[in-house]
Amino acid sequence: MATMQAGSGAPRPRTRLLEDERWLAFFLLMPTLILLGLFIAYPFAKGILLSVTNTRVGVPGDYVGLAIFEKIWNDGIFREAAWNTILYTAVTTVFKLALGLWLALLLNRHFRGKAFIRAFILLPFIIPTVLSTFAWKWMFDPTFSVLNWMLREIGVIDQRINWLGDPDLAMGCIIAVNVWRGVPFFAITLLAGLQTISPELHEAAAIDGANARQRFIHVTWPLLLPVTMVVVLFSVIQTFADFQLVYVLTEGGPANATHLFATYAYQIGVRTGLLSEGAAISLAMFPVLFLVVIFQLLYIRRVETR
Amino acid sequence: MIEGAKWRRWVYFYIPLGGFLIWLLFPFYWMLITTVRPDGELYRPWNAPNYTPFWTSNPTFEHISYLFTETLFATWLWNTMVIALAATAISLVCGVFAGYALSRLKFPFAGSLGTMIFVTYLVPQTLLFIPLADIIRNFRIGDSPWALILTYPTFLIPFCTWLMMGYFKAIPKELEECARIDGASRWQAMVYIILPVAVPGILSAGIFAFTLSWNEFIYALVFLSSPQEKTVPVGVVSELIRGDVFFWGPLMAGALLGSIPVAIAYSFFVEHYVSGLTGSVKG
Repeated sequence: MATMQAGSGAPRPRTRLLEDERWLAFFLLMPTLILLGLFIAYPFAKGILLSVTNTRVGVPGDYVGLAIFEKIWNDGIFREAAWNTILYTAVTTVFKLALGLWLALLLNRHFRGKAFIRAFILLPFIIPTVLSTFAWKWMFDPTFSVLNWMLREIGVIDQRINWLGDPDLAMGCIIAVNVWRGVPFFAITLLAGLQTISPELHEAAAIDGANARQRFIHVTWPLLLPVTMVVVLFSVIQTFADFQLVYVLTEGGPANATHLFATYAYQIGVRTGLLSEGAAISLAMFPVLFLVVIFQLLYIRRVETR
Repeated sequence: MIEGAKWRRWVYFYIPLGGFLIWLLFPFYWMLITTVRPDGELYRPWNAPNYTPFWTSNPTFEHISYLFTETLFATWLWNTMVIALAATAISLVCGVFAGYALSRLKFPFAGSLGTMIFVTYLVPQTLLFIPLADIIRNFRIGDSPWALILTYPTFLIPFCTWLMMGYFKAIPKELEECARIDGASRWQAMVYIILPVAVPGILSAGIFAFTLSWNEFIYALVFLSSPQEKTVPVGVVSELIRGDVFFWGPLMAGALLGSIPVAIAYSFFVEHYVSGLTGSVKG
């Protein structure tokens, strides 16, 4: 170090500071920490402060303790939104995993045009969700629905189905669209996982007399499990906090039957202007998200140290 | 390929794959056909005898021209492009720097900082949008592109950092050490030796960040209010629906045209996008 500096002449002070690993790290991390501090940590703290006061738009609130949380806990719509969110997350995740895995196994074979098909399959995931959801909303239109037309053509119905007008059907539609949007993500990430599994393992198992189903259960699935876990946890977080789909398809209706945490928080916090209630409803997602994150951190550490 | 009879190949492969393709792509076809369908055909009830869903004999561009003459669609496209590019640029610079520091440098609390950034990666926008709207107002950047250019990096940086860490870790340390022995400073070694090697990673992170910014909805919905400031997703939702009346022709035209920039960016970098996507969950 000393000889090198002597050779190249004394560096300027700023450069010398950047030669120190710790200072360089500090400078490199500075912009990130400022942005994340200002727009993640600060709003998080502010959200907690908001939820223990009774602030409305334009009306600074007073400290009210946990009264807001008590109020939303006793709110029937909030409870329904909580239940909807859990149902929505659980059902969509099961379907996304099953269908995504199936599609990944199909794509893991060799066939012509594979790269092309793989590129097209990701479209539902990359096209802005709001825009593609409008296409679905149009397909679910009570009067002009192409789905109703198809079902009538094949002779299943003769009365129209009011897809988004019935609470249970509406929830089913939202789940279906979420699955549609999420399957490509599952398929492509699981496909990447499948491609890391050496074909020799399959050949060895086949020589030992394992059939296709046994090879899947005893070779593919255990090796795929770590990727699957991470993909599922990511998806659970995104789905649990979903907003766009419901906002476009039903806005929480009919009669508040399809609200999720996020759409109800928007309804109360932004539309009605009850900032404290809105912030509290959003924060109600936190305990579940926190558990998932902790689980994910522990799981990743375990996989990494293995 | 599957062994055995031809019918097995159909039952276990072609039919399921074809089914998936139709299911995943039909909505986009439906967008396209609705965009070019004249209103007279568009509003035929589902059980009308002349309902012709899958084609139209009188294609029209009236919805697209309506979009560009009667609405601010062109402005929204421009806004979205500017915001997405600026947010992506900021996130890439921050992400590359942070990723380099966390994967190549030794300093106190490196591990816990890395974990912290990973945790913010998992914070959904819907958790914080209400207090954040308040903060944006207090900073006096509400209803301007800055509200989004500065907040989008909060969900893009963690992802870029995470992805870049993976790339940097894979680059051998010797490469950098050689440069340092030849007299390069740490900064020079990073900029001239490591960054060029990491270009594929930077492209992956960039294309992924761009599509995510283009896709973002709730911040844009809450932070922007003037029609001329809106992004495509918000503009389409709020300006093409009057009360209960949906203008389906222009709506679908807007959805289609609003998707094209992302689709083009994606088609040029499919491989980078896929490696970004899979890298984003592997780390």
